[in-house]
Amino acid sequence: MRLGTIQEIEQTATHAKGHALRVISMENREDIRSPQNKERQAVGFVWLTWSFVTSAIGPIVVMLALVHACAVFAVERFPPPDFTSHQLPETPQPAPPSPLWETLDTIFLFAALLLATYFALAKRSRNAIFILTGISLFWLGFHRQGCVCPIGAIQDVAQALCDPTHAVPWSIIVFFTLPLVFALFFGRVFCAAVCPLGAIQEIAAIRAQKLPGWLEHTLGLFPWIYLGLAVVYAATGTAYVICEYDPFVAFFRRTGATSMLIFGGALLAIGIFVGRPYCRFICPYGAILGLFSKLARWHVRIPPTECIRCRLCEDACPYGAIVAPVPPLPRSERARARRRLLFAMALLPVWVMLGAGLGYSLHPVMAQLDLQVRLARWIHSASIDPNNKFAVDAVTAFRNTGATEASLYDSAAERLRTFAIAGVGLGLWVGLVFGLKWIQLATRPSRQEYLPDPRRCVACGRCFWYCPEEQVRRGWMSEAEVAQLPRDRMNPSSSPSA
Amino acid sequence: MNCDHSSQRIPRRELLREGVQLAAFFGVGGLVGFVAGKKGTAEQLVWQIDPYKCIACGNCATHCVLDPSAVKCVNSFPMCGYCDLCTGYFPPEPVALTTGAESQLCPTGAIIRKLVEEPYYEYTIDEELCISCGKCVIGCAAFGNASLYLQVRHDRCLNCHECSIAIACPSQAFVRVPASQPYLLKHKTKPSAPA
Repeated sequence: MRLGTIQEIEQTATHAKGHALRVISMENREDIRSPQNKERQAVGFVWLTWSFVTSAIGPIVVMLALVHACAVFAVERFPPPDFTSHQLPETPQPAPPSPLWETLDTIFLFAALLLATYFALAKRSRNAIFILTGISLFWLGFHRQGCVCPIGAIQDVAQALCDPTHAVPWSIIVFFTLPLVFALFFGRVFCAAVCPLGAIQEIAAIRAQKLPGWLEHTLGLFPWIYLGLAVVYAATGTAYVICEYDPFVAFFRRTGATSMLIFGGALLAIGIFVGRPYCRFICPYGAILGLFSKLARWHVRIPPTECIRCRLCEDACPYGAIVAPVPPLPRSERARARRRLLFAMALLPVWVMLGAGLGYSLHPVMAQLDLQVRLARWIHSASIDPNNKFAVDAVTAFRNTGATEASLYDSAAERLRTFAIAGVGLGLWVGLVFGLKWIQLATRPSRQEYLPDPRRCVACGRCFWYCPEEQVRRGWMSEAEVAQLPRDRMNPSSSPSA
Repeated sequence: MNCDHSSQRIPRRELLREGVQLAAFFGVGGLVGFVAGKKGTAEQLVWQIDPYKCIACGNCATHCVLDPSAVKCVNSFPMCGYCDLCTGYFPPEPVALTTGAESQLCPTGAIIRKLVEEPYYEYTIDEELCISCGKCVIGCAAFGNASLYLQVRHDRCLNCHECSIAIACPSQAFVRVPASQPYLLKHKTKPSAPA
């Protein structure tokens, strides 16, 4: 023992306590095993307690204050010993997994997109698409555990656009871009066979029923609103809500929050009867892909050649994507339809202004997700519910930093101003979504074929097999047999304007 | 809208479609180009705990998607006082200064206590056992040199896009760091940057 260090220790009251403890403890340790020393031990502890109470009460009070004031800051109470022979160990620093995985993922993504395009558009094989779906589910889902995914990448891109310090790794950029580019040319092939979230629901969709049009349209608005919310929260650097509320990632990892497991399980259960509920009514990336898919030149077609309007495929789609032919409007009704469309267009600014107003008035609520804002409220109210452990911890952590309350209030006010802009932006967006939906419902483009609606079609390939022309292409039916089929069986009740 | 000559409608619609498609293509290109052109894009990012913000609240143990958590306690050996009565190892009133389970603060016995030379003991963490409850971190910070602290262990961390612990962290201690420097280690002198 080097007396020098001990004397140093004894210089402060804090260290006197430590020294007292050390002396007592060493005394105890020598005889700890002999039974007759139980009493001595007890006496030792009484003395120890006493020494706490008397000689060290001041430092303890100070220290207890310090525990809260600077719990983790390096306070060198006991100078580290200078060992002569002992080599200090290194703190182990295990390396992160190799970036090779990210490279492999992007290669997998590109290859899977190419294959999915080939299977859906050229080979027109439901089986091949389904096998690829399974492979993607295994690789991107269960093996790579659902990260990185393009749905979540929206948030990275949004944050990178608004936050000058936020950079996005290249793998995430590739994951965000490739499915969009493919959708722009070939439709939602990403949803068909690459997305693991789509894959898990694709397998679940065994008894999918058609939804009524009004429900389909109403629920179909939610992805756009969700997209706006996710972008706003990511752009303000508050949270990545898409990742936080990813329903299936808990399955991919075989671990996760109970609430998310229940949510995911419930979605899968619903998915048995309502095909792909996440993709159709929640997924914000699917919404963008659908819009891009509308522009695709080479999109999935049901008949390989020409539609004979036999209606055989009408109920083939579990996702309600097949739209029946629409005859052109009779001349007498055109004026009314035009008036309706003009009215819907005139209503668009009203929707947008309404949304902006609502967004502005709701921005304090939106800001409640921001920790800085909540923290300012807790500090300001000065009375925190002691059962709210998070609030208590957050206040403690804030006190630890030594930052002034005024600076916290300033930053919280700044955050609120940011959220006011974000709220107006989100409101404008939601208003725009409602207004455009109204306009869309007021239009009635005429069609002559049974077509998959590119926005809703996920290119799963279920419908191919139903088409007699496809049967001919495969050699399962002859041209003569198809010629005998009733044609132009247009059902007036199945007009898609519902 | 509803044009009488259906033969004219198709090309016009086709032209419009191609125009919008081109616009969308360049729109995505511009967006991605802007994002990709930013500094630091080449680096993969990983999660880490800023030890100077962490208050060892215990959420790391309960909120990680992994069980046990990917966060573990580490000891900064140059900071450690090598105390005999380590307040990170023993509870405030220890039964005895031995390695018996009843006298340890750690609920899983993950801290290994080894005599170096009287009266100095070296404390290392058995990461297999550590559950990142942070009890020892608080104990060490309260009465010792605060050499014990929590770190995300990258051999375990799944590097979720949004870290579940980061959402639950009350002290905003979870940050993204470049994968080439994945640890925020504690050193003898605190970095000058204020919290």
